[in-house]
Amino acid sequence: MTPLLDISGVSIEFKTDNGPFKALDNVNLKIVEGEYVSLIGHSGCGKSTVLNIVAGLLQATTGGVVLDGKEVNEPGPERAVVFQNHSLLPWLSAYQNVELAVKQVFRGRKSRAEMKEWIEHNLHLVHMDHAMHKRPNEISGGMKQRVGIARALAMQPKVLLMDEPFGALDALTRAHLQDSLMEIQRELNNTVIMITHDVDEAVLLSDRIVMMTNGPAATIGEILTVDLERPRHRLELAEDHRYNHFRQEVLRFLYEKQRKVDESPRAPAAPKGQPSGRAGTPAAAAVVTTLHKKNVA
Amino acid sequence: MAISIQTPALLEPWVRLLRGDRPGTQLNLLFRQIGLPILGIALFLMFWQTGANQVDTSLGKLPGPAEVWEQAGNLRAEHVAERERAEAFYQRQHERNAQRLAENPDAKPRPIRGYTGKPTFFDQIGTSLVTVMSGFALASVIAIPLGIAIGLSALLYSAVNPLVQIFKPVSPLAWLPLVTIVVAAVYTSDDPLFAKSYVVSVLTVMLCSLWPTLINTAVGVTSVSADLNNVSKVLRLTWMEHVRKIVLPASVPMIFTGLRLSLGTAWMVLIAAEMLAQNPGLGKFVWDEFQNGSSQSLGRIMVAVLVIGLIGYVLDRCMLALQRWVSWDKDAITR
Repeated sequence: MTPLLDISGVSIEFKTDNGPFKALDNVNLKIVEGEYVSLIGHSGCGKSTVLNIVAGLLQATTGGVVLDGKEVNEPGPERAVVFQNHSLLPWLSAYQNVELAVKQVFRGRKSRAEMKEWIEHNLHLVHMDHAMHKRPNEISGGMKQRVGIARALAMQPKVLLMDEPFGALDALTRAHLQDSLMEIQRELNNTVIMITHDVDEAVLLSDRIVMMTNGPAATIGEILTVDLERPRHRLELAEDHRYNHFRQEVLRFLYEKQRKVDESPRAPAAPKGQPSGRAGTPAAAAVVTTLHKKNVA
Repeated sequence: MAISIQTPALLEPWVRLLRGDRPGTQLNLLFRQIGLPILGIALFLMFWQTGANQVDTSLGKLPGPAEVWEQAGNLRAEHVAERERAEAFYQRQHERNAQRLAENPDAKPRPIRGYTGKPTFFDQIGTSLVTVMSGFALASVIAIPLGIAIGLSALLYSAVNPLVQIFKPVSPLAWLPLVTIVVAAVYTSDDPLFAKSYVVSVLTVMLCSLWPTLINTAVGVTSVSADLNNVSKVLRLTWMEHVRKIVLPASVPMIFTGLRLSLGTAWMVLIAAEMLAQNPGLGKFVWDEFQNGSSQSLGRIMVAVLVIGLIGYVLDRCMLALQRWVSWDKDAITR
C-alpha cells in the first residue's frame, strides 16, 4: 500500500544566539490512509516540531514531507491542526468558529444551506449541538477542545494533526474526549497524527506509536504497532495483558532507554520563530510528573 | 442566582432587602454603594466652604459651594435671556419683511441677518464638544489604521517607534503656535467651510490625542496569539481576511483602551488650546472670565471647572458603554 503521507529524511536547524541548534535529525515516517499514529517522547524532544513541519508551519532544513503525491511547503486546510489550547477565536460562537473554516474551505463548492448543514453535522459529531451558539468563554475547556476538533474535521482534511489535544484537560474530561474521538474515528476513519505525553492515551487510540529520542538532534527511536481490535473499551483493556504489554513497552522506552537526566546541561531554550514551542512549560512538566508516578505504580 | 440575572447590579441589594435576604449584608452593600460616595462629597463641600473663606483674593473671598451654585443659576439665566433676545431679533426682521410685502407686493424681502450676540456659557460647551469630537474622530481615523500597520510589521514598527516616542510627550501648548501659523499659511480661502480657530483647535487636539490609540492598537495587534495566527495560516486566509477576521477583532479590546485614553487627553488638550489661542469654547470662557476680573468671575470659573470635569466624566462613561457594547472581551472592562 502506498503511503498517504511520507516524511523522509527530515532535519531542522534553528538559528540561536549560540549558533545553530539541530532539533530534528533524519526523521523518516510513512503513514497509510486511515492510520492513527501517535508521537510520544519527553518534552523538548521535537514532537511538536515534526507536527509543525507536516502542517507546513515550519520548513525542514533538509528532507521533506509528501502528502498524497504533493510536497508540503505551506500550511493548508487539507492538513487541519487541532491545537493544544483550542485556539478558538474568542469573539465568535462555536458555530461561527467552525463556519469560518467551512466558508474558507468550501467557498464556491457548497451552497449556503449545505454549509449550515455541514457545520451543524460536525458540531453534532463532537456532541456540541446544545451549545453551538455559545462563545468560548461560556463553555468548559473540554467543550472548547471539542469545538476545535469539529473545526478541524469540518475542513475535511487528508490528514488530521493534533498537538496534544487533551493535554490541558483534567483526567475525566480527557477520557470522555478520547471516547468521543474513537467514536468519530469509527465513523470517519481519518488519517491522524497525534502528539501526546500520555502513555495510556497513546495505546488506547493509536494503530502505531512513534517513540522519539531525546533532543537535541532528536529522531525516531522505536515504532510500536498496537494491533488491538477496535472498537476498544478502556475498562476491558485495563485487564487485557496485551494492552499492558504495549504500555510497558512505551514506558520502558521512555524511562529506561531514553531516560531524561535532569542534571544534564539544559538544551537551549525554545528557538525563536518556532510556533507554539511549549517545551518546558508548566503544563508539559506536570504531565511528565504524572508519567513518573504511573511508572512507579 | 436568578435575581442577579434579572435585575441590574445596582438594584440588586434593594431587591434582596425587600425579600429579606440577609438584610445586614444588603445594608452594608448599600452603604458602600451610595452612602460612602455621598459622605465623600459632603466632606469635600465642607472643606471647600471653610477653606475658601480663609483665602482673600484681589476679587474678594474665594467663593464657596453656595456662591458657585448661584453663579451656575446666573449663567443659565443669561443663556435663556440671550436666546430670547435672538428670538426677538429674528422675529423683528420677519415682521418687517411681512410689513414691506403688505405695503408693496412686488418688493423683494430683505435677507435675514444672523444674530451676533456674545456666545453664552452653554454655547461654549456646545462648541467645545463639537471640536473635541472632531479632533478625536480625526485622531482615531489616523491612529487605528496606522497602529494596525505598525503592529503587523516589525520593520515599520522600528521605523515609526522613535517618532512616536518623541512626539508623544509634547504638550499641546508647544504645538499650538506652530499649528496656528501653519493653518494661517495653508488654510486660505475666501469662503472657508470651517472657521480657522476651529481648524487650529481640531488639529491640536488631534496631534495630542493620537498617541494612546496608536500605541494601544499596535500593542493589541502584536499581542494576537501565535495560535490564532497559525489558525489563519492553516485556513490560508488572505492578508486582508487575516486583518479583518483575526487581527482587528482580536485587538478591539486594546483599541478601545486606547480610544478611552485618547478621548480623555483630547478633552484636556482642547480646554488648554482654547484658553491659549482664544478659540471659542469652554477654555475661552475661563480665560474671558479671568480677564474680566469681576466679583463674580471666580465663581463662574469654578462652575466652568466643575462642568469641564463632569463632561470629561460623561465622555469617558460613553466610551465605556460603547466598549461594553462592541467589545467581545467583557472581562477586560472593569471600571
